[in-house]
Amino acid sequence: MDPRPKSFYVLSAFFALFLLFLYGPTITIAILSFQGPGGGLTFPMQGTSLHWFRDLFEQQAVGDIWGSFRRSLALGLMVMVTTVVLSVMGGLAFRKKFKGSGILFYLIITSLVIPSILVSLGVGLIFSQSGLNVHWSTSGFGSQLTWTLPFGLLIMFAVFNRFDKSYEEAARDLGATSWQTLRHVVLPIIGPSLIGVALFGFTLSYDEFARTLLTSGSYNTLPLEIFGMTTNVTTPVLYALGTLTTVFSLLMIGLFLCLALWSTRRKARAGTDAGKGMI
Amino acid sequence: MALPIMAVLMFFLVLPIVMIVTVSFWQATEFSIIPAFDFENYEFLFGSNVTYRVFFNTFKYAFITWVFTLSIGFTVAYFLAFHIRSLTWQIVLFLLCTIPFWTSNIIRMISWIPFLGRNGIANSTLISWGVIDEPLDWLLFSDFAVILAFVHLYTLFMVVPIFNTMMRIDKSLIEAARDAGASGTQILWSVIIPLTKPGIMIGTIFVVTLVMGDFITVRFMSGSQSANVGRLISNDIALLAYPSASATAVVLLLTVLIVIGIMLRFVDIRKEL
Repeated sequence: MDPRPKSFYVLSAFFALFLLFLYGPTITIAILSFQGPGGGLTFPMQGTSLHWFRDLFEQQAVGDIWGSFRRSLALGLMVMVTTVVLSVMGGLAFRKKFKGSGILFYLIITSLVIPSILVSLGVGLIFSQSGLNVHWSTSGFGSQLTWTLPFGLLIMFAVFNRFDKSYEEAARDLGATSWQTLRHVVLPIIGPSLIGVALFGFTLSYDEFARTLLTSGSYNTLPLEIFGMTTNVTTPVLYALGTLTTVFSLLMIGLFLCLALWSTRRKARAGTDAGKGMI
Repeated sequence: MALPIMAVLMFFLVLPIVMIVTVSFWQATEFSIIPAFDFENYEFLFGSNVTYRVFFNTFKYAFITWVFTLSIGFTVAYFLAFHIRSLTWQIVLFLLCTIPFWTSNIIRMISWIPFLGRNGIANSTLISWGVIDEPLDWLLFSDFAVILAFVHLYTLFMVVPIFNTMMRIDKSLIEAARDAGASGTQILWSVIIPLTKPGIMIGTIFVVTLVMGDFITVRFMSGSQSANVGRLISNDIALLAYPSASATAVVLLLTVLIVIGIMLRFVDIRKEL
């Protein structure tokens, strides 16, 4: 191997600084959330304690954060399942040209680039003008799908662009029905990418703010609750909450990544041994 | 198969846009909005100096953020794609760059407070180094903070597509350039950058649309002192002035779509996936 050029070390330093820039602030509030009871929003630390985390469990201090957490979790799971199912269906459909495929593609791009507040405003207006009540599980759910579906579909496009169709042909030649082909051939092959789609579906929904702002009704989701806190809470309890939800997000990301790794390995193990047969 | 997606997008994307366009011609009283067809909202919008200032501000944020996210994102992607030699390490470092994308934006904004505040880390460090005597006031709640937060939040939207296209560059092209006597800078300028253009365009589309449509970062990081179009809309919404919010929204949407339309002329997204 060639020796490393000098630029490698310069760029490594740049990359390290970039990571520090990405993670530094989050780590800072994680440290500050262990402030002593008398501590403020910045350094120095006035001792260390779990005071602010304990505060989170007292209803009066911070409003209904546990209720909003449960709602965000439920909504995230709903959005995740819907995104995975609809993206796979859409991805399969887009392998052939169909009537309206061009329009649908442009709708997906529009959905991706449209300012979120427009979705929020528009959906809110539709519900209020037609006398329906906005609720996180109806209008909020739909608005979030306009953000997660484009990501899901674009991932599926990328997956199917690299998909070897001869596997399906082989299955068909062996007499598999189209459902059997899908269930036993296509889905296992694209399995690991579906975990990626699920990760996008869940986390984008769990953290979404603007699209749920006018569409979640009287029950807040967690990001809305946190934003509400920024205007009237001036203690490190805000950091404690931020740290907890970030840890939760990281756990979910870790879980999804492990699942993806596991299913990739499993696929490799269970996959074909053609060409490696006994001789 | 594509029907469910079509249905969702029809009801939650197309219909809301139609609704916004319709309501933008309506009239508002203090308590309710009344169906009508007049151009009052648009006349007011285009007749006001605030509008032009705010639109200018929006483009300013978008442009400055674009410059920074592009230069940082390109450098990071270049390092990952061409200087890291094992695929495993590439994936690990790439994931490190993308993980923050899956965590909450609001918390990532909040996390700048202890750093930028009047008594924050930045000020106390600068004072202890003797660079400044008085704490700087413009660190938090300023345009500087807004841009910093944008760059912090959205650089990975540049890193991901640029890295993706760079990984597909045939390494033998670079070798060929080197054999033909090209210097490192020449390779970068005449081989890598042209081949990375699609990734740059996709990243640009993401960053520009996210910044132009934003309202919460500007509100939070400027301490409500600066405004962009998104904030104009959200202020109107807070006052229940839906027709005027809708009119602003229509103009914003058209602006964003025109900008995207221009950019899409340079790249075929479906080919790049």
